[in-house]
Amino acid sequence: MAAANNALVAKLVCIVLGMFGFGFALVPLYDVFCDLTGINGKTNREAAVYRTQDVDSNRTVRVEFITRVNAGMSWQFEPVSPSVTVHPGELTRVEFKVHNPQAEGVWGQAVPSVSPGTAALYLNKTECFCFEQQHLLAGESLTMPMQFYVDPQLPEDIHFLTLQYTLYKVAGDTAATNLERRF
Amino acid sequence: MSEATEHLDHAHSHHHPSGIKRWLYTTNHKDIGTLYLWFAFIMFLTGGAMAMVIRAELFQPGLQIVEPNFFNQMTTVHGLIMVFGAVMPAFTGLANWLVPMMIGAPDMALPRMNNWSFWILPFAFLILLSSLFLEGGGPAFGWTFYAPLSTQYSADSTALFVFSVHIMGASSIMGAINVIVTIFNMRAPGMTWMKLPLFVWTWLITAFLLIAVMPVLAGAVTMVLTDKFFGTSFFNAAGGGDPVMFQHIFWFFGHPEVYIMILPAFGIISQIVPTFSRKKLFGYASMVYATASIALLSFIVWAHHMFTTGMPLVGEMFFMFATMLISVPTGVKVFNWVATMWRGSLSFEVPMLFAIAFIVLFTIGGLSGLMLAITPVDFQYHDTYFVVAHFHYVLVTGAVFSIMAAVYYWLPKWTGHMFDVTLAKWHFWCSLISVNVLFFPMHFVGLAGMPRRIPDYALQFADFNKWISIGGFAFGLSQLIFLAVLIKACRKQGVPVDDRVWEGAEGLEWQELPSPAPYHSFETPPVIK
Ligand code: HEM
Ligand SMILES: [Cu+2]
Repeated sequence: MAAANNALVAKLVCIVLGMFGFGFALVPLYDVFCDLTGINGKTNREAAVYRTQDVDSNRTVRVEFITRVNAGMSWQFEPVSPSVTVHPGELTRVEFKVHNPQAEGVWGQAVPSVSPGTAALYLNKTECFCFEQQHLLAGESLTMPMQFYVDPQLPEDIHFLTLQYTLYKVAGDTAATNLERRF
Repeated sequence: MSEATEHLDHAHSHHHPSGIKRWLYTTNHKDIGTLYLWFAFIMFLTGGAMAMVIRAELFQPGLQIVEPNFFNQMTTVHGLIMVFGAVMPAFTGLANWLVPMMIGAPDMALPRMNNWSFWILPFAFLILLSSLFLEGGGPAFGWTFYAPLSTQYSADSTALFVFSVHIMGASSIMGAINVIVTIFNMRAPGMTWMKLPLFVWTWLITAFLLIAVMPVLAGAVTMVLTDKFFGTSFFNAAGGGDPVMFQHIFWFFGHPEVYIMILPAFGIISQIVPTFSRKKLFGYASMVYATASIALLSFIVWAHHMFTTGMPLVGEMFFMFATMLISVPTGVKVFNWVATMWRGSLSFEVPMLFAIAFIVLFTIGGLSGLMLAITPVDFQYHDTYFVVAHFHYVLVTGAVFSIMAAVYYWLPKWTGHMFDVTLAKWHFWCSLISVNVLFFPMHFVGLAGMPRRIPDYALQFADFNKWISIGGFAFGLSQLIFLAVLIKACRKQGVPVDDRVWEGAEGLEWQELPSPAPYHSFETPPVIK
């Protein structure tokens, strides 16, 4: 009896430990799932490579930009032009302005999000300030470029895309390590 | 109860340490069951007192009695205590008392671990409650502790909250392992799987749910802890994390958790209804399969708590239909209970009254659940009092009523004496009426847009809230009648009962054991026909 109990307890403890690990594994698993399906509105995190491709000049897509500054962040942050109209496949460059009104240097990180979420897979950025953290000295201003193209495979029924950036303040001590640490 | 039973047990078993030591060192499943049940009851009153604070504040619009931050701590700790301190330990207590007697085993399989799993619980709740007195207050982010509320905007006492949830989790995991090992290895010869009483079946499935999801909860609180204190960014967007991820992980635990709190209730009702209908349970096998399928389905519906987080359409559709699917096996159960009563020779003893109230009122909660499962309308209902009404119908008139039914049903077996039936009927009727005055109007204020977890509300909700609060105070007071019944029962002043107690009762504990059930039962296994 004791042996049978121990064997069963051992199996059950394995389930418990496995599920504890699974809880943590959910973090990358959700990300993988969302990356594959593109359903959470996250865009590519590393620069996409632009190959000359057929520009679908029969079709136009309007890409609108929204900027938001998270609570606790003092920067001013806005797009130079609030929207652009592009042909799928065409490489486009836009700019965003930031200004740090504070009397000290601050690190910031912009996090992009696309809606409709399913379109996130088709908005490819070849260059973006959101790929790294920014540092602005006291009173400093900066114009940050962003370059992207819309994949011609974008589903027919989508005519507008909204790209939203939220700018977060990065706590000083974690600033350097945060990016590598992305979970 | 301690004094009365203590004296009695002295007479029967001399080799036991006495006084407090008896309870500290006990490895007897009946002692531990008793400890769990009293602990759960004390927590029920503690959490109830917090609910009284909430309802007193909401009696009138405007802020009058407590600070908003304290109000938030009350809603949070009320929820945590009721879920982890009252309902779950009460079910574990019932399992301790009943599972060995129902399967013909002398005790639980792992008695020493059993002692541990109970005795760490009081510490978990002492830690949680003491955090209320610290500077900055206790947890105020809701029992669901969504990030970033719990990571960026919470008090430092969050560390204590995390620690206490770890202990509660360890306790329920140990309890669950014990139940599984007991049921697998300690059944009397001839007690085959399909002869197991339904309470044992539902607890077995619950125990598997527990060991599957409590570790995920432990992971979630750990991530909150490291995000808050050690600079990780699981849920912090600035560091590349994702706050919505928190909700996915939490509800992956959370939805199975609500079934952890209702499956044992299904088992209890399936024991009680046949007894007082004097018929066999209708559809035993379908009950077992329905329980198992509810448990499996509970893993694929979590995001119905997240319809408004901006999920893609396919996700909304999937979780909507999966959620609705759960009502099929649930419906099977309700159908079987009603079919058991159909043309039975019904009698309405107190446990049966609670069981019938359970069937009717739990079904109301299931119906409002179905309404919430419809994605487009959930956008209106989400985070309103409608949700509060829903989960109180399934948890209070569901889980809690089933526990009361169970206590009234088995109490004479435990003490050997009938409880005070008149007082118990007062308890039932007062609870039944007040609980509906308390929770039914919440549906309407919810539909009209009153948000949950806010200490103030718009003027047009004032009348309804006054009634809700009156119902709340009345329900709270009614539970003092329950306390009186329990104290009297433990003093054993009622008439002694015979072994079977209830005329139609079937099962080993009624047919093979005397009342009160002896301290050590089934040291030689019973013969199962
Ligand atoms: C037919 C069965 C059920 C269905 C279809 C259902 C559906 C739902 C849905 C869709 C929500 C989310 C509402 C929202 O936040 O907007 C919800 C919330 C909730 N349900 Fe159920 N439910 C069912 C049964 C149960 C049972 C049996 C329990 C517990 C015993 C339960 C406990 C809860 C709790 C505690 C919440 C609120 C959690 C929170 O936000 O604090 N439900 N239910
Ligand atoms: Cu749920």
